[in-house]
Amino acid sequence: MKIEVTINGQKTVLEVAADELLADTLRAAGFASIRRGCDTTNCGLCTVWIDGKPTLSCATLSARMDGHDITTIEGVAGEAEAFARLLVAEGGEQCGFCSPGFIMTVLAMKRELADPTDEAITHYLTGNLCRCTGYMGQLRAVKKFLEVRS
Amino acid sequence: MKLVGKGVPKIDGLAIATGKPLYTEDLAPANALVVKILHSPHASARIKAIDTAVAEGVEGVACVLTHKDVPKVRFTLAGQTYPEPSPYDRLILEDLVRYVGDEVAIVAAVDERTAQRALELIKVDYEVLTPVLDFEQAIGHPSVVHPETDLHCNFDIGHDRLRNIAATHKVEVGDIAAELAASDVVVEETYYTQAQAQAMMETYRAFSYLDHAGRLVVVSSTQIPFHVRRHLARALELPASRIRVIKPRIGGGFGGKQTAVVEIFAAIVTLRTGRPAKIVYERKETFTATNSRHAMRLKVRLGADRGGLIRAIDVQCLSDTGAYGEHAPTVFSVAGEKSLPLYNKARAVRYAGHAVYTNKLPAGAMRGYGATQGCFAVESAVNKLADALGIDPCELRRKNIIRAGEIDIYHNRILGSSSLDRCIERGRELIGWLDKYPRRDLGGKVRAVGMAVTMQGSGIAGIDTASAEVRLNDDGNYTLLLGSTDMGTGSDTILAQMAAEVLETSMDTIIVHAADTDVSPFDTGSYASSTAYVTGMAVVKAAGELREKIIVAAAALMNAAPAEVTFDGSILTGPAGATITLAELAQRSVVGPDRRQLSGYASHGSPVSPPPFVAGFAEVEIDKETGKVELLDYIAVIDCGTVVNPNLARIQAEGGLVQGIGLALYEDVKYDERGALQTNSFMTYKIPSRKDIGTVRVFFEESYEPTGPFGAKSIGEVVNNTPAPAIVHAVRNAIGAWLTRLPLTPEKVYAAMVK
Repeated sequence: MKIEVTINGQKTVLEVAADELLADTLRAAGFASIRRGCDTTNCGLCTVWIDGKPTLSCATLSARMDGHDITTIEGVAGEAEAFARLLVAEGGEQCGFCSPGFIMTVLAMKRELADPTDEAITHYLTGNLCRCTGYMGQLRAVKKFLEVRS
Repeated sequence: MKLVGKGVPKIDGLAIATGKPLYTEDLAPANALVVKILHSPHASARIKAIDTAVAEGVEGVACVLTHKDVPKVRFTLAGQTYPEPSPYDRLILEDLVRYVGDEVAIVAAVDERTAQRALELIKVDYEVLTPVLDFEQAIGHPSVVHPETDLHCNFDIGHDRLRNIAATHKVEVGDIAAELAASDVVVEETYYTQAQAQAMMETYRAFSYLDHAGRLVVVSSTQIPFHVRRHLARALELPASRIRVIKPRIGGGFGGKQTAVVEIFAAIVTLRTGRPAKIVYERKETFTATNSRHAMRLKVRLGADRGGLIRAIDVQCLSDTGAYGEHAPTVFSVAGEKSLPLYNKARAVRYAGHAVYTNKLPAGAMRGYGATQGCFAVESAVNKLADALGIDPCELRRKNIIRAGEIDIYHNRILGSSSLDRCIERGRELIGWLDKYPRRDLGGKVRAVGMAVTMQGSGIAGIDTASAEVRLNDDGNYTLLLGSTDMGTGSDTILAQMAAEVLETSMDTIIVHAADTDVSPFDTGSYASSTAYVTGMAVVKAAGELREKIIVAAAALMNAAPAEVTFDGSILTGPAGATITLAELAQRSVVGPDRRQLSGYASHGSPVSPPPFVAGFAEVEIDKETGKVELLDYIAVIDCGTVVNPNLARIQAEGGLVQGIGLALYEDVKYDERGALQTNSFMTYKIPSRKDIGTVRVFFEESYEPTGPFGAKSIGEVVNNTPAPAIVHAVRNAIGAWLTRLPLTPEKVYAAMVK
């Protein structure tokens, strides 16, 4: 079936199968940042924004996206890079495979929460797993990022 | 030093963090066939018949391969230096399946949907056999996991096929029985460590194609490109010269990718069809059909005198290698080799036992590589000994640990560097040991602290070799060619730091290339904590050689002796103020007749494997009503020699500690009665999330390792080892009972508490 979606501000018509998942649709459309890590909605790697809300693209049917607005990290490149610089300065990306989904959640958090505590930050980001870094460096980077804003 | 010791950001950090197409799957050709594997539903079964006709008839299916269609030469998938100590006990596909998940057929089709459909249409008639599932019952079990007679071992590893023994190992120094008998205090306990999933975020994947010369090119997310090439050559009966293996960015390895899990499947499809092929394992396949940490049972006996000197250490170990013997003998030996030498007042030590086959997921390499298991058992026993002697466990370590300059009884080698004594002292202060040890009862909850120390190695002594080349390019920058594999650790960056330090240049003038078996100098790969130490030394030597050649070349142009020329990284200065820039020298080295591009090339292997050390301290809070253990604080003080890049070292440490915390508290491996892995997703197998870990704090107590590059030792694995014993110790101090089986689930803690 055909769906009309806006991806990173660009209106696009895509042909998708009825059971196709958004993560696969987006990768097939050339968005290499989309990663799948689990297939069970546990890891957060595939996080994109749908109408501005961080959402797991591996658990979203593409067919349901007709008329919706999708943002991948490629669509917020400047802001993503600003945070990525802080993350990389901490060494908090390590293998980097989980970073795009993690960064999309961080950027969404920044929009959603005002002056969050460490606990609130950790709570917001809990759905994003990382096996490399042990999370502490990511927290340091997030806190620096939030300070930069204020 | 200008660069070594600085927290330089990773050279590929920004690109990988922002999702650029750099990983294996991103680079696969769009027309690659999709390869899928039919996995066995049975733990042990003979394939009586397999019918692929219907599957092959599906439009878009390129090939369906079964045991009838593959070479009959046995191999190992263990990524180890040839000749590998692991048994050659595999075929690509076989008519006998040995665990739930074992490969039965390979399907390749134009897309995923078609491949999946074809998989479902393969009809297999199995004769189901009785499996061996309990590793403590494996030796002498009536069911034999490997009945085949063509199994081969390169060494005498004590393999006893008919008794399900994959490897036997024994080290004994001194008279253990006499020393135990003469000890004032003897403690004894049996400990169990579970299998653990590496759980790297990028699952296993590879793609392959034939190049312009008809050679097989395999691109893989692997830690061991050169070993993969050798595996492929053997298993596919192809000359290694016909194979090229390329490693792009890797989304985590943790030892899992030291075993070549999927490369052969893509490669055989390309060979059979002539077409590009790719294979990407799903998470469920990664849990059920790849490899994990070896589960172990370790019986420890410690003997000590009244004054607290440990005189005898005896460890009897049984290791579960599952259906295949990848890394079985070596993980087994490391469990003793990296835990017993810590206590060097011992007059007798013994480490012995077997790695056994069972009809379960094969075990393989995982961060810590046996040292994690050995450390858990020995450190728990040492803490138990401290209890028995009434000595503070930090004080007991102070009395017994090996010191720099001592000869260790286990290896009979001199320890070149250690600051473990300072690590213990500092960690003790940072956690507030004097105020918190052993416990504080808060009413409904109780808080307590615990500790452990550990050691690992740096590279494999006397075996592994790394090579590196540094070239001076035409415009005065450098190319650093490596065969090691950065799997996210930042090794490409720290190796560039080392080269830049020697050449007195900046990071941006060093181009790093790794790894491609056609181009890269040979390197055994990134494992055994070898990259910073072994490859690092090769880089230092190669850069040093190039530096000398640059000076010699400049001296020739100036008609001077090399000793008269100085080089500050950009300008060469000779007698009477003559100068030439590096850029000019570089240009002149590649123009005209009788020129020679300058390069440094070196190989390095080490006769020793200097251990890094960690002192780990845990503070836990236990809910008395539920038995839930909450980790409040974890402190690790680390001796990795010179810290080459503090930011990257700290992250390596934090990440390794959290994997150790997962092993201690959460990561539970469960099979059903038929031998199917129940914990086959992140839904059921819980790795720590950011809410589970409390505060993890890392500190360094530098030492100087004389055999390491700039005094450095390794850090990758050692950080994995202390959490389990330190947390078990803290739990013991909280509730008064020792737990001996990981992980410390609330059920186990509660049961221990009320017993």
